[in-house]
Amino acid sequence: MNIGTRKILDRSFTAVGIGSIVVMALALMIVVVPIVYNGIGAVFFTGTVEHRKMLHAEFRRGDSQYLSSEVASSNRYRAKVYDMLTGFEAELETMAPEKKAEYQAKYSQVRTALQALLGPLPGDPEPMLTRFKYGQTRWEKAEEKLHDLLYESKWDNTNPNVMGKEYFVSRAIGFEGTSLARLFPYVKDNLENMLLPEFTFYWGFITDSSVDSHFFGGIWPEIQGTFFLAIGAMLFAFPLGVVAAVYFTEYAKPGFLNSMLRSANSTLAGVPSIVFGMFGLAFFINTMKVSESKSVIAGALTLAIMILPTIIRAAEEAILAVPKTYREASLSLGSTKWNTIATVILPAALPGILTGGVISLGRAAGETAPIIFTAAVSVGSAIGLADVFSSPTPALSWNIYNLASEHEAATQIRHVQYGMVLALVTIVLLLNLSAIVLRARISKKLKG
Amino acid sequence: MLMITDVRNTSESVPLQKTTREIYLPPQRSTITGGGTAHIAAREFSVYYGEFEAVKKVSADILSKYVTAIIGPSGCGKSTFLRAINRMNDLIPSCHTTGALLFDGEDIYGKFTDEVLLRKKVGMVFQKPNPFPKSIFDNIAYGPRLHGVNDKKKLMEIVERSLRKAAIWDEVCDRLDKNALGLSGGQQQRLCVARTLAVEPEVLLLDEPTSALDPKATAKIEDLIQELRGSYTIMIVTHNMQQASRVSDSTMFFYEGILVEHAPTAQLFVNPKDPMTEDYITGRFS
Repeated sequence: MNIGTRKILDRSFTAVGIGSIVVMALALMIVVVPIVYNGIGAVFFTGTVEHRKMLHAEFRRGDSQYLSSEVASSNRYRAKVYDMLTGFEAELETMAPEKKAEYQAKYSQVRTALQALLGPLPGDPEPMLTRFKYGQTRWEKAEEKLHDLLYESKWDNTNPNVMGKEYFVSRAIGFEGTSLARLFPYVKDNLENMLLPEFTFYWGFITDSSVDSHFFGGIWPEIQGTFFLAIGAMLFAFPLGVVAAVYFTEYAKPGFLNSMLRSANSTLAGVPSIVFGMFGLAFFINTMKVSESKSVIAGALTLAIMILPTIIRAAEEAILAVPKTYREASLSLGSTKWNTIATVILPAALPGILTGGVISLGRAAGETAPIIFTAAVSVGSAIGLADVFSSPTPALSWNIYNLASEHEAATQIRHVQYGMVLALVTIVLLLNLSAIVLRARISKKLKG
Repeated sequence: MLMITDVRNTSESVPLQKTTREIYLPPQRSTITGGGTAHIAAREFSVYYGEFEAVKKVSADILSKYVTAIIGPSGCGKSTFLRAINRMNDLIPSCHTTGALLFDGEDIYGKFTDEVLLRKKVGMVFQKPNPFPKSIFDNIAYGPRLHGVNDKKKLMEIVERSLRKAAIWDEVCDRLDKNALGLSGGQQQRLCVARTLAVEPEVLLLDEPTSALDPKATAKIEDLIQELRGSYTIMIVTHNMQQASRVSDSTMFFYEGILVEHAPTAQLFVNPKDPMTEDYITGRFS
């Protein structure tokens, strides 16, 4: 090969390598940036007085004196809205029947929009669900609801060949000539005074239980459930995996059975996680009856089975990487095989074993499929440590899917979904980071 | 203890404890003048790696408290022979032996031989310094701890004594808690000697202990061997014939698995009996 071709080859390899890294980084950015941006919005946001009311009523948090003064000041502005409503209701009674019916329909839409914005209106019955007890708790949502109040959404279906197009009609025009026409500009101008937006740092998003299936409150039950499942899985899988790896590397005689076992182990690592979920249901719950139905222990065992092959592989690699000289040195001092393994081989292999363990821990925390059948529920409170043998638990991975696709008001709680995703990504990232730090520290200690 | 003469005279029925293996002890071939006690005795001893016979029917007596050097070209089986003495070859699955190798009259490869006990009595220092990735103190204390010494004061005593014997105490006494891998190569090797001495072995096997060291560190190790001479039975495998002649009392020359000559060092280097030995020590082949 002449020098020119060689150089061109070298350069093109470099270019392709750098290019693929850039593509990876871009793809990662495209995924991570919205998650981080929107997820942070679950904790840092512009909250309204309704949010503070909710916190005080549901979690007994906040200064009640300051809150009541805030509520009083917001009520002063709201009173005018309520007055307009009562005024218009009186006006309705005086109208001709067909005109009244027409306005009645439009008016009830206005009331619904106002309820969404400000909470229950005077004269409404006490709502059953907590989500209807408060107005908009987040300012950016309140602005959307204001738009709903000001404009009626209509669909243009004139052309049958294309999909209907949405367009907006001002409601104020619909009420032209009535006393309610004043309401729209008033609400628009005084929304801030009625909701008192304020920058909020809602740390409770991490530590609070959810209220009314994630309409309000935080994601602590999910975080705790994730930790229970992942750590529970580690408690089973880590010791078992290390012992198995020691057996494979130190005790097993090379032969047909051994190589079969090893390849079975490798195959297990590649089995789809949903299969492990089915296995967990069939084996741990239906056959072994570790619990009546879904429970943390069944989920942890299923996850343990799933991560076991990875842990075994990592531990095997780490043990095989220990220099032969350590083994020789220890044995030549009159150490038994078991003693050599326990005092020399395993300590020297510890960084590798731990890295494998922590990466598996991250995987266990993030897996959804194995816990669908064995441990996860959509909504629930945080469970105590004593309940792990009998109770299922909500978990981040499952609830992310559940809130985004099966929740009855999935579009209303996007911030919670993003918050959960960010929490999960952060947990997994922290675990991996701690693995790196741990590894570096132990390696440094070993290298002296 | 087994007298050489005893071996010769009672070749049919050497009293061996804890073994059922039948041993054939032919008349001794290599004779060491000067008498003394045979600490390790090989009789028709062969080591195989699978089919390959790495050590071929070696018969020899290693004298107690003497320094015995093993020389020979690469691949001649000298390391294999050395490692057979404390059964380090057990780590190689395909390795097996025939004939007899006796330590204090007991068959090293006997069915009931406790290889852990054997290795406690027969310490070994390897070609490459191989301290554990632990502190200097823990490295030395590793052996004693294994054998049940846990008292901190007693351990400290053992550590100091071992390090002094290995002539490295002055260099490391102020940093016993530092990682042993931070030492230089020569220091590491002397540390390994100290670690072996801490177990109080009777025999010290040195497998090319200076081949990875610079001349200065080599000199220190040789001085160390001189100091330990008379306290331990020492066997040293070396490529360096000057080293063999400097440190050893008797020398074994191996060639292609065969023990060609075993004689007092002065005699072997000055007046070799076998022409092959002469060729080797004069550098005609290596």
